[in-house]
Amino acid sequence: MSKDSKHTILKTKHLSIGYKTKKATSVITENINLELKEGELIGLVGANGIGKSTLLRTLSAIQQPLGGHIEINDLPLEDHTALDLAKTMSLVLTEQLMSKNLSVFELIALGRQPYTNWVGNLSEEDISEVHIAIEHTNLIDLKDRKCFELSDGQLQKVMIARALAQDTNLIILDEPTTHLDMYHKAYILKLLQKLAKETNKTILFSSHEIDLAIQLCDTMIVMTADKVVSDSPCHLIEQGVFETLFPKDLIGFDKKTGSFRVKNDN
Amino acid sequence: MNISLGSVSIPFSEVIKSVFGHSDNESWQYIIQDYRLPKAFTAILVGSGLGISGLLMQTLFRNPLAGPFVLGISSGASLGVALVILGSGLFGGVFASLLISKWSIVIAASVGSFLVLLAVLLVSSKVRDTMAILIIGLMFGSITAAIVSVLSYFSSAEQLQQYIFWGFGSLGNLSWNELFIFFGIYLIGIVLAIFSIKALNTFLLGENYAKSLGLDVKTSRFIIIIATSLLAGTITAFAGPIAFIGLAIPHMTRQIFNTSNHKILLPAVFLFGAIVMLICDSIAQLPSSDYTLPINAITSLIGAPVVVWLLVRQRKMVF
Repeated sequence: MSKDSKHTILKTKHLSIGYKTKKATSVITENINLELKEGELIGLVGANGIGKSTLLRTLSAIQQPLGGHIEINDLPLEDHTALDLAKTMSLVLTEQLMSKNLSVFELIALGRQPYTNWVGNLSEEDISEVHIAIEHTNLIDLKDRKCFELSDGQLQKVMIARALAQDTNLIILDEPTTHLDMYHKAYILKLLQKLAKETNKTILFSSHEIDLAIQLCDTMIVMTADKVVSDSPCHLIEQGVFETLFPKDLIGFDKKTGSFRVKNDN
Repeated sequence: MNISLGSVSIPFSEVIKSVFGHSDNESWQYIIQDYRLPKAFTAILVGSGLGISGLLMQTLFRNPLAGPFVLGISSGASLGVALVILGSGLFGGVFASLLISKWSIVIAASVGSFLVLLAVLLVSSKVRDTMAILIIGLMFGSITAAIVSVLSYFSSAEQLQQYIFWGFGSLGNLSWNELFIFFGIYLIGIVLAIFSIKALNTFLLGENYAKSLGLDVKTSRFIIIIATSLLAGTITAFAGPIAFIGLAIPHMTRQIFNTSNHKILLPAVFLFGAIVMLICDSIAQLPSSDYTLPINAITSLIGAPVVVWLLVRQRKMVF
């Protein structure tokens, strides 16, 4: 048996990601080997433009990998039908909603689409799943509001609730903390941590909040130009991985506090 | 109501009798059964069909300015009709008089819109971005409009007038037989639209979310486009390029119902489209006068102020 008894939800082997056009292939990162276990909160960090979004888009089948394998629940990603995948993995993306004229309840209920009939009617089970998602995210007071009335932080909670309602083992969030103030950044990440514990879902998010992620995540994936490392935050700090994240001229990583500090010139 | 209004005034009670075929006055019965009843029926089909295809396009393209004709359907139909009416001069006299019958115009409009749509679909199957399809549709519209102007330049005044009259749109002049064909194709379009309700609601989240929810985005997009083409295409073929309804009705409905849920919007747009078209047609008749105004002008004259009023009253656009 494996040393770790937890079930592996997502696994990549020698994955390389990037963009392919007719003329050229531009590889962003090669040889990515990851294992995401159930019930874990996983933070993906890296500098701007290093390929965090590309990695998430590749893992969520929006984009094709250039090489290597992705396995979800021990089955290759490409062997999952679109509907299977929708019941295994839900997304929270950075793209703007097309219509904010839906009520919070209606929007969360759209997460039930993979389970509803041809016209999208909600069964009793669907409605109870939506209510569970609303409870988990503390949205009861807002459930009849329209989405355009919400603040950025509230809307992000609604999008997370929608992903919860989709009832999947894995939730992938692309920069869920952008545009939020310091309190709400912490709030959202704390909420994700709580959800991973309580619901035993695997939650993978990308973020620039390295300090917060170090404090909250079970595992972190650090992307640099040379390689992708994943381990527990403590091990990563010991190995000095965070020092390699950014150029060293302006900021440095403080191992004691687990955060970045601006370097003084004198 | 709509049926009782027209150049010849017929008492309401007689209208009811005539509809069911026991009026004493034979000419009244003829007017009602063979003229006004088909016209009212056409108005319902045209209004609801254009409204629904407008709704489908606005959701698919995430664009409140989209209408049933963004895919080049009406411009294709115009080109077909222009080729028949205006181009007939180029093909010689005898041939021309044979060509210009009503069926030839219907066929020309259908073939024209179908070909332009096919071109748009072929080109857009190469692109992944839905927005690009919108632009491609508009570009094809410009090309056909340009060809029509070249044709107009070489045409006689009489031919031009005939072409312009087609462009006014008309709800009348359809026999029950023609209506039967019209209704058949219309029905296929409506059924496809109803089957797209779930997909349309998913599209409200955006395409990547739709994909992550297990929706086959390409197929759904194709079905939605086909539904629109069938509806807008047949309507243009039989009633001419009727503007505005397709753009305005979905907006009116959204403002009034204040929702984006297509389970509510689709039937509401259906109803509104039919009602507005019947009202516009009644006004176009200019009750108790001998004139019938072009329906195309009336829809815009009545519809535009209503949309403006709704937007100002609500102070914000619901989309």
